[in-house]
Amino acid sequence: MYKRGVVQVWSLEQPDWHCKIDEGSAGLVASCWSPDGRHILNTTEFHLRITVWSLCTKSVSYIKYPKACQQGIAFTKDGRYMAVAERRDCKDFVSIFVCSDWQLLRHFDTETQDLFGIEWAPNGCVLAAWDTCLEYKILLYSLDGRLLSTYRAYEWSLGIKSIAWSPSSQFLAIGSYDEKVRILNHVTWKKITEFEHPATVASSKTIVYKEVEKSPSVETERLSFPPTRALASSLFSTQSKYDVSQVPVSLQHIKPVADRANPKMGIGMLAFSPDNCFLATKNDNIPNAVWIWDIQKLKLFVVLEQLCAVQSFQWDPRQPRLAVCTGSSKVYLWSPAGCVSVQVPMEGDFQIVSLAWHCSGDSVALLSKDNFCVCYLEREEVK
Amino acid sequence: MGDWKTITVPVLSSDSKNIFHYTSEKKISPPSMNSQVLRLPLPSSKSMHSFFSAFCTEENIEQSISYLNRELTTLGFPSIYAESKGQELNLISIINCMNELLVLQHKNLRAQEEVEMQHLKLGSDMDHLQNCYAKLKEQLELSKREIVGLQERDRQLQSKNRNLHQLLKNEKDEVQKLQNIISSRATQYNHDMKRKEREYNKLKERLHQLVMNKKDKKIAMEVLNYVGRADGKRGAWRTDKTEARNEEEMYKVLLSDYEQRQKQLLVENAELKKVLQQMKKEIILLLPPQKQKPKERSEDGPVLSDLEEDIGELNKENMWELSCETVREQLTNSIRKQWRMLKNHVEKLDNQVSRVHSGALNEKDVISREDHELETEKLELEIQQCKEMIKTQQQLLQQQLMSPCDDDTTLLLQDCYLLEERERLQEEWRLFREQKKNFEKERRSFTEAAIRLGLERKAFEEDRGAWLKQQFLSMSTDYKHSENVTTPSAFLGSCDQDNQLVKSTSQRKPPCMLSGPVSGEPCQTSQYITRNSSSAASKKPAGDSKPNQWVESDKEETE
Repeated sequence: MYKRGVVQVWSLEQPDWHCKIDEGSAGLVASCWSPDGRHILNTTEFHLRITVWSLCTKSVSYIKYPKACQQGIAFTKDGRYMAVAERRDCKDFVSIFVCSDWQLLRHFDTETQDLFGIEWAPNGCVLAAWDTCLEYKILLYSLDGRLLSTYRAYEWSLGIKSIAWSPSSQFLAIGSYDEKVRILNHVTWKKITEFEHPATVASSKTIVYKEVEKSPSVETERLSFPPTRALASSLFSTQSKYDVSQVPVSLQHIKPVADRANPKMGIGMLAFSPDNCFLATKNDNIPNAVWIWDIQKLKLFVVLEQLCAVQSFQWDPRQPRLAVCTGSSKVYLWSPAGCVSVQVPMEGDFQIVSLAWHCSGDSVALLSKDNFCVCYLEREEVK
Repeated sequence: MGDWKTITVPVLSSDSKNIFHYTSEKKISPPSMNSQVLRLPLPSSKSMHSFFSAFCTEENIEQSISYLNRELTTLGFPSIYAESKGQELNLISIINCMNELLVLQHKNLRAQEEVEMQHLKLGSDMDHLQNCYAKLKEQLELSKREIVGLQERDRQLQSKNRNLHQLLKNEKDEVQKLQNIISSRATQYNHDMKRKEREYNKLKERLHQLVMNKKDKKIAMEVLNYVGRADGKRGAWRTDKTEARNEEEMYKVLLSDYEQRQKQLLVENAELKKVLQQMKKEIILLLPPQKQKPKERSEDGPVLSDLEEDIGELNKENMWELSCETVREQLTNSIRKQWRMLKNHVEKLDNQVSRVHSGALNEKDVISREDHELETEKLELEIQQCKEMIKTQQQLLQQQLMSPCDDDTTLLLQDCYLLEERERLQEEWRLFREQKKNFEKERRSFTEAAIRLGLERKAFEEDRGAWLKQQFLSMSTDYKHSENVTTPSAFLGSCDQDNQLVKSTSQRKPPCMLSGPVSGEPCQTSQYITRNSSSAASKKPAGDSKPNQWVESDKEETE
């Protein structure tokens, strides 16, 4: 509850346990769990400080001068270390804390103009820190604070929009405002390839799935008055299916207004599949399409063209299965075997804004503004 | 051209005009036309008569004769007068002179013709040359004009080029200027940003101070129903030891990551080296053996022997475990050398093939074709023989099968097979029925056990409640105490019995899984009961048994 500055915590296993943290006049801007689940980190208003509340010992620690940026706190995958971006005297710093006792391990400055975000590699040994979009600069630090490498692709134009580490920490994908994704390798930290996102897909080896509307088939004999719920929902919702389009395909391309800040262009979303084989990207200039690249061949594999703008997508944590939502009431699933569009069986509108996979890969939570529903995926029986 | 020789004839008194006229006419007329010249003698015969009459009349015979004589002698002809007598004419010499004059005339005419011909030719040549000259002059004019035009164009293009260069330079300068402007603006913005940030920091500090002052009253964390940690430990204090430990751990993490990466790289390296070794061996095999020309042998020989030595050495040393520079270089160099040799070899073969294709070696082709044909014939024969053998064998087999041709024996044989199968099926049926019976029994026992356990649990709960009540009511009487002590132990005993039962049933083959959810419940309830009776030991076997059951059920299903 950000406005009141209060955080409430309940336990799933012991329903009697309840905790309430009140920040009071300090205000609350963001709150998150620590990876061991025993501490809560609250960021106060105006990013004055980060308070670490311990749920077991009721002790409090403070982290001063946190940076007000998009990704200021990053935890390693094994939950051992936490990196916090700080800014003192107009200079950016990164502090690395040990999560078990919140001890400061390393504190070093970064050579950035205005640090925008930090992210750990999945192996927990490398920290990527990148600059604001006015400067294309990404710095790679080792766990002990040494600068391993710097990468700059170009000057003056708008720079990095989003980054993603591959699950094996082998690759670092950088999406930038010039509609390209550059991939660095972990041995030399140099670019091995760049992926372009043109408005026309011309290569004959890529498959383009286009979502088309399918008129609902309603048997007129079964129509009854008043109409049943299922019938009503099927009448008013349009079914859709995927068609394979022939290359060359030209996608809907928008040019954003040039005099506004944070233009809707460039690669806004990047995600690697858990088996390291695929990379899914979204070019904000072509908002209806999801591009899936084959990392083993470093080529474009599939393009999914939707009817509405893609809101978010996420890979299944266990297998190369991608779930996409576009703000309509359908969730779309893609895997190398094919893709399918699934209608959420609810009466009324259920506009899916975001989704989240369960860590076992068996179910997906679909969230709309006020509701959420859980979609279970049947597992194929092994005979 | 106009070289006219007008021979001035010595003018005689009276007929001079005529003669002069005539001779001049005679001279003028030939150049006009050939035919006129040719025709001239003919009409001249007539005019000759008139001419003779004009030149020599009866009065001036002597004069004309002497004139003629003079002329002839000057021309080199012998005199027409006879030698001794002054006035007598020598007819023979006159005739000779006439003949000579005629011949001369003919010659002159021919010469004239020739000259005229030449003249005509020269004239036409002149015309031709004049035409050529005129044409060339025109062409020259044209080309001069073209040159002028091209020069103009060249100048225009050069000026355009210069303009474009200038524009390019201007654009570059502008770009440079804009970049400078951008960078200066960026620095200005940065400076302004820093200033604003400092102000902002000051505000934050002030706010922080205010907030910290108010901290004690409002900011708090309330935990309701605090659950103590199982082992009662508190959070650890921060000391130098912990710092050192953290550093150690961090370095361990880093080192383990590097070691992992190094291992991966070593494995990759080893594989690549193996591949290279294999490639090397195969290339050596592919290379031509040492049967060829001595020239090639001298080239290949030492190299191959070197290679063999190399192979021997390297294999001895177990190459892929060494990773020093020299060994690596040796390997790559040797592979490069052999690859080059292989390439040369392939190129030579290609050349040979192309030469063969272009004709020349017909005999070889014929021979090879014949060989091919012979071989194909042999193969065909073999195939036929094999086919015949197969046919005969099939026939024999069929005969064997059919030879106990009596109906009885065949029926018996068929019956045998059927009997065997039937017996097998019956056995399986029996087994299946037995198993089914066993499953039913176990299911029944499980349900009974479940019911019993439920009942006992209820009873236990009731007793417990009663016991607690009694305890509260009467605190002193020992007699009642001893009674109450026995009852819970009795129930504990029954609980143990149930545990044993659960264990035994879980160890048998799991019919409960196959017969569905009904038997699943007793397993689950038994688990719940065991947990409630809080014997930690029983938790584990029950927990283990369940996965065992799953595994065994999978095995059964696959069978």
